[in-house]
Amino acid sequence: MTTTPETIVDGSDSGPAGEPPETPEAKATDAQAPEAQAPEAQAPEAQAPEATDTTAEDVEEAEAAEPAETESTGEPAPAPAPAPTWKEVGFDTVARATGTPFEHQPFLELGLQDDEHAKIEQILGRRPTESELAMYSIMWSEHCSYKSSKLHLRQFGEKAPRSERLLAGIGENAGVVRVSDRLAVTFKVESHNHPSFVEPYQGAATGVGGIVRDILAMGARPIAVMDPLRFGAADHEDTRRVLPGVIAGVGGYGNCLGLPNIGGEVVFDECYRGNPLVNALCVGVLPVGRLQSKAATGPGNLVVLIGAKTGRDGIGGVSVLASATFDAESEQRRPSVQVGDPFMEKLLIEACLEIYDAGLVVGIQDLGGAGLTCALAETAAAGGTGMSVNLDLVPLREASMDPPEVLASESQERMLLIVTPDNLPVVLSICSRWGVLATAIGEVVAPEVGGGRLRIWWRNELIVDVPPGSLADDGPVYARPMREPADRILLLADRAETLPQPSAADELRATVLRMAASPNLCDKTWVTEQYDRYVLGNTVLAQPEDAGVLRIDERSGLGVALSVDGNGRFARLDPYTGAKLALAEAYRNVAVTGAIPVAVTNCLNFGSPEDPGVMWQFAEAVRGLADGCQELGIPVTGGNVSFYNQTGTMAIHPTPVVGVLGLLANVAARVPMGFANAGDPIFILGETRDELSGSEWAHVTHGHLGGTPPTVDLAAEQRLAGVLAEAARVGHLAAAHDLSDGGLAQALVEACLRRGFGAQITLPDGLPPFVQLFSESAARVLVSVSRGQEAAFAALAAERGVPCAALGAVRAPSSVLAVEGLFDIPLDELREAHTGTLPALFGELASRTGEQSGELASRTGEQSGELASRTGEQSGELASRTGELSGELATEPGS
Amino acid sequence: MSAIIGVVTFPGSLDDRDAARAAARGGATPVRLWHADSDLHRVDAVILPGGFSYGDYLRCGAIARFAPVMETIADAARGGLPVLGICNGFQILCEAHLLPGALTRNQHLHFRNRDQRLRIGTAASAWTNQFLPGQEILIPVKNGEGRFVADSRTLDELEAEDRVVARYIGGNPNGSLLDIAAIRNEAGNVVGIMPHPEHAIDELTGPSLDGLGFFASVLKHLAGSSVRMAANQGVAA
Amino acid sequence: MARVVVDVMLKPEILDPQGQAVANALPRVGVTGVASVRIGKRIEIEFSGEPDLEQARLVADKLLANPVIEDFTIRVEETAKAAAP
Repeated sequence: MTTTPETIVDGSDSGPAGEPPETPEAKATDAQAPEAQAPEAQAPEAQAPEATDTTAEDVEEAEAAEPAETESTGEPAPAPAPAPTWKEVGFDTVARATGTPFEHQPFLELGLQDDEHAKIEQILGRRPTESELAMYSIMWSEHCSYKSSKLHLRQFGEKAPRSERLLAGIGENAGVVRVSDRLAVTFKVESHNHPSFVEPYQGAATGVGGIVRDILAMGARPIAVMDPLRFGAADHEDTRRVLPGVIAGVGGYGNCLGLPNIGGEVVFDECYRGNPLVNALCVGVLPVGRLQSKAATGPGNLVVLIGAKTGRDGIGGVSVLASATFDAESEQRRPSVQVGDPFMEKLLIEACLEIYDAGLVVGIQDLGGAGLTCALAETAAAGGTGMSVNLDLVPLREASMDPPEVLASESQERMLLIVTPDNLPVVLSICSRWGVLATAIGEVVAPEVGGGRLRIWWRNELIVDVPPGSLADDGPVYARPMREPADRILLLADRAETLPQPSAADELRATVLRMAASPNLCDKTWVTEQYDRYVLGNTVLAQPEDAGVLRIDERSGLGVALSVDGNGRFARLDPYTGAKLALAEAYRNVAVTGAIPVAVTNCLNFGSPEDPGVMWQFAEAVRGLADGCQELGIPVTGGNVSFYNQTGTMAIHPTPVVGVLGLLANVAARVPMGFANAGDPIFILGETRDELSGSEWAHVTHGHLGGTPPTVDLAAEQRLAGVLAEAARVGHLAAAHDLSDGGLAQALVEACLRRGFGAQITLPDGLPPFVQLFSESAARVLVSVSRGQEAAFAALAAERGVPCAALGAVRAPSSVLAVEGLFDIPLDELREAHTGTLPALFGELASRTGEQSGELASRTGEQSGELASRTGEQSGELASRTGELSGELATEPGS
Repeated sequence: MSAIIGVVTFPGSLDDRDAARAAARGGATPVRLWHADSDLHRVDAVILPGGFSYGDYLRCGAIARFAPVMETIADAARGGLPVLGICNGFQILCEAHLLPGALTRNQHLHFRNRDQRLRIGTAASAWTNQFLPGQEILIPVKNGEGRFVADSRTLDELEAEDRVVARYIGGNPNGSLLDIAAIRNEAGNVVGIMPHPEHAIDELTGPSLDGLGFFASVLKHLAGSSVRMAANQGVAA
Repeated sequence: MARVVVDVMLKPEILDPQGQAVANALPRVGVTGVASVRIGKRIEIEFSGEPDLEQARLVADKLLANPVIEDFTIRVEETAKAAAP
C-alpha cells in the first residue's frame, strides 16, 4: 500500500517524446518512461557554476528559437493552425499555449475567477501555460495577493507616524526597527490557521518554521518565538484533538530549532472550534549593516536555491487550503501536508548567517506559502529585472514531479539567494559545510533584454514567460461590499452590566476561585512547559509574565520586550474599538516591564471577505488599529491577514492579534509581574469603570456576549506607560502586572501566585466590590512598590496625571490573598484552582503542586520544610499515563 | 592562562553558545570545536552541549556518536580528559558507551522545561568537586527524551560505586529510574547530566547561579591534575 | 494465538526527516550505495482469541496511523513458536 513507487499522473498522450531532453544531466526523468527512472533520480548534489553556464546557453538558444509573436499580440490569435509550430512534449509549453488558444483550463478549480483568467490572457496575449496558470492562481490567491484587504491595509502606511527607527516596513518580509547605533530588531506575526486544523502538529510546526524564515530573510538571527493560539471550547473533543498537536508542533519545531518561546496566548472560545487560530511570532536581531533586500538586482547574477529538496508538500495548499472553508468534502481533497524539518531549518539559519556576514548575497527571499513561484516573482519584481530559470536544476525529492508541482510546492526550509557569479563558489562551500544543498537554478536578466520577463525552462522547453510584476504586484484588488451586521444593534443593546452580579462575600470569594480556574484565565504551565524558554541564554522574562523580555546586547544590557494580544469578544462587539483594545493591551503589557513601546505588528484573523458583514468587521478593525497606532505614535511595521476562518456561515469572532515591540535600555531594570517582598505597598494605576460587557466574567458565568466593550483611551495608556518606564528606570517598582481579562481579581491572583506571596487588599470606596474586582476597564496596572518609595511613586503618577490608588500591601509567602471585609483565600487553595484546569483537561504531566512551590520558594531564597513532604508523590502517577499515547508522529524528535 | 574548555558544535547543537558563555563566566577560556574536525586543539576539557544533533531523528545522540570529533574525545576521555555531556551531550555519551544506560522518551511523552531542584549525589567527579554531597541546587531541565534507564545490575553498580552525580527532587520531570539526573564514569572525569547548568549562571536569565559550580569544579580539577592533563594532550594529539 | 502486525509508513510524498538523517549517516558507518531510507512504525496487536482483521483495520485507521500523512498495511503473523506460556 505504501511501497508502490509514485507513478506519473499525466493525462497527456504518450506519443513519441521526440528527441531526448538535452538537460545537463542525462538522468533527468522522462515522464513517459517511468520504468527507466531510478527511484530517487534527482538533480546532482554539487551544482557547480558550469551547470549554470549550461542554463545560460539554453536560455539563449531557446530565445532564438522562440516565435516572435509570443510577446506582442494583445489578443489571442484565432489560429486554425493546420501545422502546429510546436511539438507535443508531454507538458504544456509557451509554444503550445500559443498554438492551442482555446484549450480548456481548470482555472475555476484553482480558485481563479473568470475575469481574473481573462486578465491573465490579456497580460500574456495568449492563454497561460499550465505552469503559468498555477503560478497566477497562487500569487493571485487571497493568501498571497491580499486582494480583499489591500485597499484597507494602506491605512497602516498612510497613518503611520514618522519613525526614524524604521529601516524596513510594510511590504518587506518583516519590519525592521533600529534599536541602537549598531543593532536593529525585526519581528512579525503570521497565521497558519487552516493547515493546523488539518494536521495540528505539522501545521503548527511549519507555521513556526515559516515565520522564522521571514525573519532570517531580513538578515537577522532569529532569537525567539511567541505563539498566540485560539481553540474551541476547552472541553470539546475537537479541541482535545487539535490542542495537544498544536502545542507539540510549536514546541517540537521551536525547541529543535533552538529558539526560546517567550510568550503568547491560549484562548478558548466556541467560535474557534472549526477554525482554530495558530499564529506565530518571531523576533530577530541584526547588525544594522546586515539588513538584506529581496531585490534580484545585477544582470548576470545567479539565482541560487538552498535548503531542502522540493517535494509534493502542500501542492495546492495555498490556493485550496488557504482559501477554502472546511466542510465534508475537505476530507476528500486534502492536499498533502507540509512536513517540517527543524534540523534543516537550523542548518539553513547558520548557513545564511555565515553567508550574510561574509557579504555574499545581493538579494534573498524565503520560500513560503507560494514556494518557488513567489520567491522568483517577488525577487525579480523587487529588482525590476528579468530572470531566467532552468527548472530541471531544482533538486527534487520525487523525480516524477511536473513543472506546476515544482513551482507550487510548499516544501519547507528553502531560501532563494541572488549571488554574483564570483561569490558562488564560496556560497556553495559554506552551504556544503553546513550540509545544506545549494543549487544555481537561473540568472538575473537585464530588463532591457526581453522586456524584463520571468522565463522558466523545463526539458529545454519554455514553459513560463511572464512579467514578474504581474504575479507579485499587479494582482486583482477588490473593494468588497461591506455592511454592518444586522444583529449588531441587538448585540450592543444586550449589556453585561445588567446581568445578575454576586455581591455577598462568599459569592465573591467563589467567583474569584471560579474565574481563576476558568480555561482562559487558568495557569498555562501545561502548555508553556513544553517549550524551551532558556536556549540562547538571553531570556530575561518569559510566560506567564506580561511580556517576554530578551537581552540583545550582553555588554550594554540593551533588550527588547514583546507582547501579543487580542480579544475576539471585544472585537465582535465593536471591531474598531476591539482592535484598539488589543493594541492597548499589548502596548501596556510591554510597558509594565519598564520598556518603551516602539513598533507594532499584527495578524488579522477573520471570516470570509465575501461576506459583507465580515468585510465590515475587517475594515473597522484595520481602521481602529491604524488610528490607534497613529495616536500612540508607533508604526505598524508589517503583518498578515488570514481570511476564511469560517465554517459554513459561521465565522469566528473578528480577531485582530496585535504584537508590540518595546525597548529596555538595560534589562536589569525590567519589572516582573509577581509580588516579591512582604510589606511592599500595592497600588492600582488607572481608572476603574463599570465595564463588564465582553468580559471574561460575563463569558464564564453567563455565557454572555453583548453590550459595548470597555472604553479605550490611548492617551491614558501613553501616560501610564510613561509612569511605568520612569518608575522602572529609577527602581520604584518591585512588580507590575497588567489588568485585563478577569480584571483586578485575576491580576491579584496571578501576582500572588507567581512567586508565592500573599496580599492584603482594601478596595477603595466608590464602585461596588464586584465591579472593582471584575471590571475590565483598560489603561490599568497593578504595581507593588519597594518600601520607602511609595511617596515618590505616588508623586510621579500624580505629576503625569495617572490615577493612583493604594490597595494594600504584599503579605508573607504561602499566606493568603485577603480582601478586607470580604474574603481570605489561602494561596494553596488559590493555586489548586488556578493550576488544576489544563492538566485535568489534557492529562497530567507530573506532580504539579510539588514542582510549583519548589520552584517558587527556592527562587525567592527561602526553602521551607513544606517542600520535602511533597517530593514523594510523583512517580506513581506518571506510570499510569503511558498507555494513552496515540499516533504521535514518529518524526517528533526528543532531546 | 586559564584552562581551555572546548565546546563541540554538531549540526543541530543549540546550547553550544550558552555552554561557552557559562565556561567563560566560570573562569575558563571557551573554544569552539567542530564535529567534523577530529583535532581537539589541545583543550583541557570538553563540553558536549544540549540540542538536537543531526536532528536527533533516529535516537538522540545515535548519529553524533559517529562524528569524527567523537572518536578523539572517546580516546581522550579514556585517558582522563574531563568531559561534561549536557542533555543531548549526555545522550551522546551514552550512545558512545562512555557512560552506561540510555536516555529514553519522557514517561509522560511530552517535552518538558521547568526549573528543577536536584540533590548532588557525589562530589567525586571532575565536574562536581565544588559541591557538597547532599547539597540541593536549582537548575533548568528541558528535554523530551531524558528518562534515564539501565538494567538493574548497572543501576546497582552506579549506586554501589557512588556514581550517581545528581538526582531529581521535588518531582521527577521525566520518569528517570532512581530519579537519576546525572551520572559519572568510574574515573569521574566523564559526567553526563540531563538538566542544564549552563542556564543557571546569571540572575537575569536563570533561576539561580548554581550552574557555575560545575565550571568551578572542572577548573579546580584541572588545577590539581596538571600532570594528568599533559598526558591527555598526548592522547588527544 | 495469532498476532496482527500493522506497519505504518509516511505516505511516499511526505518528507521523512528521520529516514533522511539515517541515510545521510550511513557513509559514516561505511555503507554507501543506499539511495534512500524511510522509517515507519511496526505495531503488534495480540488478540486473545482469533485475530480480527477488521477490528485491527479500524484501530489502524482511527488511531495508529494519521491518514493525513500516513498509510498502513495489515497482516496476520503466526506466533506459535514465540507464544508465551
